[in-house]
Amino acid sequence: MDIHEYQAKEILAGFGVPVARGGLAYSPEQAAYRAREIGGERWVVKAQIHAGGRGKAGGVRLCRDEEAVEAAAEALLGKRLATPQTGPRGKLVNRLYIEAATEVTREFYLGLVLDRQSERVMAVASSAGGMEIEEISEREPASLIRLSIDPAVGMQPFHAREIAFGLGLEASHIAEGVETILGCYRAFRELDATMVEINPLVTTADGSLLALDAKMSFDDNALFRRPQISELRDKSQEDPRETRATDRGLSYVGLDGNIGCIINGAGLAMATMDMIKHAGGEPANFLDIGGGATPERVAKAFNLVLSDAKVEAMLVNIFAGINRCDWVAKGIVQALQKVEMRVPLVVRLAGTHVEEGRQILEGSGFPIIAAESLAEAAEKVVAAWRQAEMANLREAAA
Amino acid sequence: MSILLDQATGVIVQGFTGKIGSFHAQEMIDYGTRVLGGVTPGKGGTTHLGRPVFNSVRAAVAATGATASIVFVPPPFAADSIMEAADAGIELCVAITDGIPAQDMIQVKRYMRRYKREQRMRLVGPNCAGVISPGKALLGIMPGHIYKQGTIGVVGRSGTLGYEAAAQMKALGIGISTSVGIGGDPINGSSFKDALELFETDPETEAVMMIGEIGGPQEAEAAQFIRDHMTKPVAAYIAGLTAPKGRRMGHAGAIISAFGESADEKVEILQEAGVRVAPNPSELGTTVASLLRAA
Repeated sequence: MDIHEYQAKEILAGFGVPVARGGLAYSPEQAAYRAREIGGERWVVKAQIHAGGRGKAGGVRLCRDEEAVEAAAEALLGKRLATPQTGPRGKLVNRLYIEAATEVTREFYLGLVLDRQSERVMAVASSAGGMEIEEISEREPASLIRLSIDPAVGMQPFHAREIAFGLGLEASHIAEGVETILGCYRAFRELDATMVEINPLVTTADGSLLALDAKMSFDDNALFRRPQISELRDKSQEDPRETRATDRGLSYVGLDGNIGCIINGAGLAMATMDMIKHAGGEPANFLDIGGGATPERVAKAFNLVLSDAKVEAMLVNIFAGINRCDWVAKGIVQALQKVEMRVPLVVRLAGTHVEEGRQILEGSGFPIIAAESLAEAAEKVVAAWRQAEMANLREAAA
Repeated sequence: MSILLDQATGVIVQGFTGKIGSFHAQEMIDYGTRVLGGVTPGKGGTTHLGRPVFNSVRAAVAATGATASIVFVPPPFAADSIMEAADAGIELCVAITDGIPAQDMIQVKRYMRRYKREQRMRLVGPNCAGVISPGKALLGIMPGHIYKQGTIGVVGRSGTLGYEAAAQMKALGIGISTSVGIGGDPINGSSFKDALELFETDPETEAVMMIGEIGGPQEAEAAQFIRDHMTKPVAAYIAGLTAPKGRRMGHAGAIISAFGESADEKVEILQEAGVRVAPNPSELGTTVASLLRAA
C-alpha cells in the first residue's frame, strides 16, 4: 500500500527525520491560509498523488506570494496529473501540501528497501540525489552506497555513520544525518514498510538538513497489525475497479484490453493473460479469485469484470484442485442467473470432476462457449471478441 | 528416490485441528502420506483424524519421530510456527499459509541460520501448494490425481499453474518424480536453485520443468546454477509476459521492480543458460516432451 508524501513526512518526523514546515490544503483558499500560517516569503505547492516524477510534470510549484500559492492550487486541484509513473491517464489531485521553500545547497538520495537477494532490509544512499534511483544506478553507479542490515540486531549507529560519511555530509550535519538514517530504519521496521525513500535529502543555505520529499510503501500482508497505516489508504488514488475488488476481497489489477478474465491462482492468471495475448487479444484485467472459487466469489467476480465498460468478451479459466469443477460450474450458472451478461463468455474447466462440471454448463441453457485446453480457451475468447467488435462496428455504421 | 519426500517420510500437521488443516490432513492421509499426528497448542492429549494431537512440535517429534511438517497456521502466527519447527529438529517444513508479513519471513530466515547448514531445516513456501512425489506421498494441497508418477522434476511458484503443467504432461503420458511449489512470496524458504540442486542429484529425475514468474532474482540465480552445474536438461516457462511494470500481480512477490525481473528478461537469461523455454503456457507439456526426445 502506498501513502502520500505529507503522510510519509508526518510519520518520519515522528521518528526524528527533519522536515520543512508544511500544511495540507484541499482548496485554493486553504492553500493561501497555510502559506500565511507557515510564514516566510516563498512556498512550494506540491500535488499529493501516489506516484513520483511530479516535479517534471508540473505538480510541484514554487510561489513567491500568497496569490501565486492560491493560483497554483487552483491550477492543480481537481485535475489529473500524469507523470511517467502514473500512466497516460494520470492521478487525481485532491490534496495539496504547502511547504516553506528552502534554498538547497546539496542533494542526496536515501532509501530503504526489502532486498529479495539478501532477504534483508537494505539501505541505499547516493550523493547524486534528485534523480530517480534507476537513473542514479545507470548514470552514477559509483556513487551508490549499499548496506544490508542483519535483522537479528537491526541497524546500529555505526552503520548510519558509515552512510552519512560515505555521502560526504559535512561534519555539522553528521549527527542529524545519522539520526535521520536510523529514524528511517526504525520506521521501516516498526511499521512493516516495504520501502522508505527520501529523495532528495538536502542541505540548505541556512545550514540545515531536510527531507525534501518522502515516500513510503507498506506490506499489504502486515496491514492487519498496522491499523494506523490502513487508515491512510486514499481510494481516490486507486483504479476504481481495483478499489471495488479490494473491498470484495478479490485480487484484481486493471489493464487496458477488452477481454475480461476470471481465473483461480495468480500464476495461472498471469499465464492465461499471456495466452490471450499470444492468441491476438488484450486482457482487460488480472483477476485471481483464489483457490476456493465458491459460487459467491464467482458471482462477485462476474459483477466486477462486467462493471468495466471496456470488456467485450469474457474468459473464465478454473483449474479445480481442492475444489471441484461441478461446484465451480454451479457457481457460474448461479452467477449468470443474477448478472446481465452483455458479452460472449468462454469457460474452460479442468481438474477434479471436470466432466460433471462441463455437463452442468451445457445443460444450463446459457450460451456458454466451452473450451477444454488453455490454448483453445484463449483462441475462442479472442474469436468471440473479434466477432463482438465487428457487430459493434456494424451497429455503429447502421 | 524422489526428492524431499516419499512414502516413508513421517509427517506432522501444524494447525492440525483447524478447518483447513483437517481437510488437507485427510486428503494427505488418503493419498498415502504417513501422517503421524499434529500440533494445536492447548489440544495436546486429544485425538484427531485417528492421530494424536500435541501442544508443541517438540513433543510431537519426540513421540512420533516425524521428520517433516506442514503448516496451516493463520498468517499472524505462522512465522512463529515455522521457527518452532526449525527448533524442534524438523528436517522439512512446508508452509502453505498465504499472507505472512515479509518482515516475519526475514526473521524466520535469520532464525534458521542459527543452525549449521547440515542441521538446518529445509523450508518450502510459504504461500505455496506444497510438495508431491506422485504415487508415494503428498505434503501439500494439490489434487493428487492429476499427477502421473514418472521422471520429470517440477518446480514452480504457482499452485494452479503447476496443476496445468502436470495435467499437460499427463495428457502426453509424461510423469513426475517430485513437484515442488516454492510459493509466491518475495521472501521464501527454498528457491528454484535449491530445488534444482536436489533434482540434479536425484537418480529418478531425468529432466526438470521450472515454472517462474515476474519479480525477484531467483530465476536468474537458477539460470546461473543451470549453466554451471546442471547436467540434466531443463525446460522453463515464465508467467507474466503481459504484466505491466510496478504492479503487483496477485502474488506478493509478483512485481517487476528492478532490471532482470520482467518475464522477457528472465526468458532471455534462461535461454542463455541453455534452458528450453516454452513460448506460451499451452506448451508446457510439449516443451518437456521435446527435451526428452532430444536427450
